[in-house]
Amino acid sequence: MMRFMLLFSRQGRLRLQKWFTAISEREKKKIIREMTTMVLARPPRTCNFLRWKDLKIVYKRYASLYFCLGVEDEENELLALEIIHRYVELLDKYFGNVCELDIIFNFEKAYFILDEFLMGGEIQETSKQIVNRAIESSDMLQEDDHSEWYDVELFG
Amino acid sequence: MPAPIRLRELIRTIRTARTQAEEREMIQKECAAIRSSFREEDNTYRCRNVAKLLYMHMLGYPAHFGQLECLKLIASQKFTDKRIGYLGAMLLLDERQDVHLLMTNCIKNDLNHSTQYVQGLALCTLGCMGSSEMCRDLAGEVEKLLKTSNSYLRKKAALCAVHVIRKVPELMEMFLPATKNLLSEKNHGVLHTSVVLLTEMCERSPDMLSHFRKLVPQLVRILKNLIMSGYSPEHDVSGISDPFLQVRILRLLRILGKNDDDSSEAMNDILAQVATNTETSKNVGNAILYETVLTIMDIKSESGLRVLAINILGRFLLNNDKNIRYVALTSLLKTVQTDHNAVQRHRSTIVDCLKDLDVSIKRRAMELSFALVNGNNIRGMMKELLYFLDSCDPDFKADCASGVFLAAEKYAPSKRWHIDTIMRVLTTAGSYVRDDSVPNLIQLITNSVEMHAYTVQRLYKALLDDISQQPLVQVASWCIGEYGDLLVSGQCEEEEPIQVTEDEVLDVLEGLLVSNLSTPVTRGYSLTAIMKLSTRFSSVNRIKKVVSIYGSSIDVELQQRAVEYNALFKKYDHMRPALLERMPIMEKSASNGPTEIVQTNGEAEPSAVESKHPPPVTQPTNQANDLLDLLGGNDVVPVIQTTMPTKPASAGGELLDLLGDLSLSGGPAPAPAPSVPASQPPFLLDGLSSQPLFNDIAAAGIPPMTAYSKNGLKIDFTFERANPNPNIAVITIHATNSTEAEMTDFVFQAAVPKTFQLQLLSPSSNVVPALNQGTVTQVIRVLNQQKQQLRMRIKLTYTHKGSAVQDLAEVNNFPPQSWQ
Repeated sequence: MMRFMLLFSRQGRLRLQKWFTAISEREKKKIIREMTTMVLARPPRTCNFLRWKDLKIVYKRYASLYFCLGVEDEENELLALEIIHRYVELLDKYFGNVCELDIIFNFEKAYFILDEFLMGGEIQETSKQIVNRAIESSDMLQEDDHSEWYDVELFG
Repeated sequence: MPAPIRLRELIRTIRTARTQAEEREMIQKECAAIRSSFREEDNTYRCRNVAKLLYMHMLGYPAHFGQLECLKLIASQKFTDKRIGYLGAMLLLDERQDVHLLMTNCIKNDLNHSTQYVQGLALCTLGCMGSSEMCRDLAGEVEKLLKTSNSYLRKKAALCAVHVIRKVPELMEMFLPATKNLLSEKNHGVLHTSVVLLTEMCERSPDMLSHFRKLVPQLVRILKNLIMSGYSPEHDVSGISDPFLQVRILRLLRILGKNDDDSSEAMNDILAQVATNTETSKNVGNAILYETVLTIMDIKSESGLRVLAINILGRFLLNNDKNIRYVALTSLLKTVQTDHNAVQRHRSTIVDCLKDLDVSIKRRAMELSFALVNGNNIRGMMKELLYFLDSCDPDFKADCASGVFLAAEKYAPSKRWHIDTIMRVLTTAGSYVRDDSVPNLIQLITNSVEMHAYTVQRLYKALLDDISQQPLVQVASWCIGEYGDLLVSGQCEEEEPIQVTEDEVLDVLEGLLVSNLSTPVTRGYSLTAIMKLSTRFSSVNRIKKVVSIYGSSIDVELQQRAVEYNALFKKYDHMRPALLERMPIMEKSASNGPTEIVQTNGEAEPSAVESKHPPPVTQPTNQANDLLDLLGGNDVVPVIQTTMPTKPASAGGELLDLLGDLSLSGGPAPAPAPSVPASQPPFLLDGLSSQPLFNDIAAAGIPPMTAYSKNGLKIDFTFERANPNPNIAVITIHATNSTEAEMTDFVFQAAVPKTFQLQLLSPSSNVVPALNQGTVTQVIRVLNQQKQQLRMRIKLTYTHKGSAVQDLAEVNNFPPQSWQ
């Protein structure tokens, strides 16, 4: 399973943190610090994998953002890269040419999308369309909140 | 109260802050506003406020005062509230605090909500951070949802079930009925999460594993359809249909096929198909191939398939993509033990990876290269590895040097080659070698008698070039001290002998003493070396002068040595030649007793020199340091006992071979057994002085036992309690030989489980006379503080009628009184 996913900028500012195990705040802060230091220190053109404690760290840079996944030993690192890429594609579809600012100003949406794609450290849905449709429907439910009545079309 | 500012506005404002202090100020102001808004119990803006709080939390500021507000949001009827509420719960609440339990009821209600997206939120939150209590309470609801026909909910319920099982493994059984037709789903999301659920169940329970083995044909079919089916836009990634699902199925197949012939056979074809048909131009195809290779190697696959797998890894090694090379090296490292020959075929590619720019790849290539070294390729491989050692990063040098030493020791084609290799390592990476390599090297040199002259000459020349690398300098001083006579007499056969005078040699050694580059340890070495030369060189006066100068050295160690050496010159000059004579050949097994050569603690030195059968030390240098420390630095030395035939360099490794799953008491060896009885590890010293410790009289009440009897060798144990510590059992072994030929080089080794501590003292001899004409005895002391049942593994080696015999045995029949 995956243990955590972090997004941070090149200056080390955290943009998203998803934890799939129960750990203390202090522990989380420590991990964030170590991940950002380690990943940002990597020279260019090195491979995207690192070993850290008993985990494999898979990271990839997209424009100004680093996507960092901490996975357990049995996980397939090459597939982890695909998972990161799939998440970026989902963000891209939703925001239209996603950039770091989108994620900064709409962080809660980034979480919602992630929660439709991954859950409990595993992949929840392998189809891009289904994830997108679920997000769109949920957004529409939010719209309906502002209307007088609460009656909604369900997308299966 | 004006309406609280919107989230995006807050974000914009905070981003304008130019300093950390400015940002903190803004945050504090906003937090205060939010707090008062919470106090007013304002439903309208609660959602907005919590969202802002979550943003500030991400920046690193405390947000715990929002926890209860999240719960209120979750309980709200509005979907927007619930969405933010659940997000807040996942980010701010953690299962350590009881607050999170208040969520349980809300989640339960939401799991039964009429809107599937609300149900989805509840499942997601439970599946990400549900505590064990929550899981117990809500498992039933999850199980119900696992059987629903709504695929959106079913897939989430499956992953939620996985989480429940991880938190509360006992609940696994209750999900079993629901798994019955999970795999007949068409929906990929449900299929994928079902496979994850099945995998989790199989990993946790062998019963589940056997139960689910029957699913192998179905899994194979699903995988086949994925590969053979045409383009499916919904799941396509670079031309491959749902790679995530493929990989997950391969992983489940791996678990099901492991150690099971029938399942492995059933999946052979599909694995071969995936391995040959998958498109390798993109990362995604290689990810599938990688998983396939891992599966093939783990199940009972036929050899053709295994070779196919290794060849795939070989191809990966040639791939331009670094990630793929990295992954290949990691996998090859895992398989090199089991499929050694197949991996050997790719040796040259692996060695090329040593030159890669990527640090992680280099490290793996290095580890793999060492694993591939054998008697046939040692020369070629060593050339590459030494070249690597020259140019690699400092982080690697220590490991590489150790690896080179180990490999050289195992496979050296000739002694000269071995010594040359070690010299090369010392001169190029000398400061990075591990501490124990110095004594190991010294021992190696001592044993290569014919190479003494060559070695000392090369070392001397190396010293002339560079005295900064301490291990090199230490070894060199030691050798010059020992073989200085060979050096000045110019006797070298292997290469052109150099002309050097006694004075030049002494100049070099004295230079070491005064140099700033020398550590105190090195200075000790060179002083002792100078002293030794007093019996080999004729310029005794010069040496006397040097020694007396250091009698007032600030360094206490040097001072002590110098004073003692001075004493040797003055009062014990008649003993000096005997004391300083050439070191005898050390057997490869070695103990850590005090050195036999120099023992100026006032005790009877001749007796120390006489004790021949405990072979001399592996670490004369440590001994030279520990002259007066008879109790010795025991923890440093990884050696079992006096006559153990283990190679010192791999002492740790050998011991682990012997002991298998009986781990050693604290550290790589049971308590070391010095050759001088007076030196004992402290714990066994209580109450006992240097009396002979073994006692032929059977301990009152504890009956003797036969521990081993095979091929004419019988080993009996007799017991006695050591006063005053009743936790120590003193066991004397009596070895007798009923055959017609004597057993020579007899060595007894023992190991005990971790809760015990063991000490072996010197044996009475290492020849067991034939026809029961005599007994070899040896004392074992076992500390059994936890009063556990005594078990012991013993290893016996001896030479009988010209051939070497070795045997391992477990001794379990200890009488209860010996350990109770």
